[in-house]
Amino acid sequence: MSQNSTSTGPQRPLSPFMIGPYYRPQLTSMLSITHRATGVFLSLGSVLLVAWLVAAATGAESYASVQAIMGAWYGQILLLGWTYAMFFHLCNGIRHLVWDAGYAFDLKNVYRGGYLVVIGSVLLTAGAWALACA
Amino acid sequence: MSLRSPLSRARGLGSAKDGVGHWIWQRLTAVALIPLTLWFVASVVMNAGADYSAMKAWVATPYVAVLLAIYLATLFHHSQLGLQVVIEDYIHTKWINLSLLLLVKFSHVLLAAAGIFAVLKIALGTT
Repeated sequence: MSQNSTSTGPQRPLSPFMIGPYYRPQLTSMLSITHRATGVFLSLGSVLLVAWLVAAATGAESYASVQAIMGAWYGQILLLGWTYAMFFHLCNGIRHLVWDAGYAFDLKNVYRGGYLVVIGSVLLTAGAWALACA
Repeated sequence: MSLRSPLSRARGLGSAKDGVGHWIWQRLTAVALIPLTLWFVASVVMNAGADYSAMKAWVATPYVAVLLAIYLATLFHHSQLGLQVVIEDYIHTKWINLSLLLLVKFSHVLLAAAGIFAVLKIALGTT
């Protein structure tokens, strides 16, 4: 836990943050911050998952009101966003687990895996919604 | 397999004073969530458009109820560990940092308990 930016401590020089004016945006840094952003977004989405289950356990009326929210245009946009965030976090999470196991950590494979995550998450989202709407 | 150096093993706790438990649990829950998430999404996709009684019948299926309970417990553990790291990395004001960490921990226990209770209530037929 870094406490360097508090006013009481000594003001040591800091390396600039990877997202900002000092570094050119790259696939690697963008996927890294997107992994965190989708993780936070999915945590918010899990509240809806619990609301859906609790409503079902409460009764038909509660369940219908939650279904109405998820069926409305804003609910559908949120569900589409959560589907994509989930597939992105899943694909990129597997990429991270491969690195943790000690593989594919050279520059070429880091980029190859990155493009695979971008394409894979879009295809999986499109496939899931195509099947759900069919 | 051990990821710890001999010195780290001798000390046992590392610089954060709580060892590598957080790192290991984040990976362990991540691995578990791969099949659980794929199963849950596939089930929701296949049951899209189902009415209230069909949804309850699905949740009440014994293996579904068990998997849903495990999914909720794993999901909220993983979510808590991830949000903790984000808060620790970006929130540098001590009291806000601590307040958010407590809020995240408490709310995740509450959400996991509520979700699992709802599954059990439907599965045991008391709705």
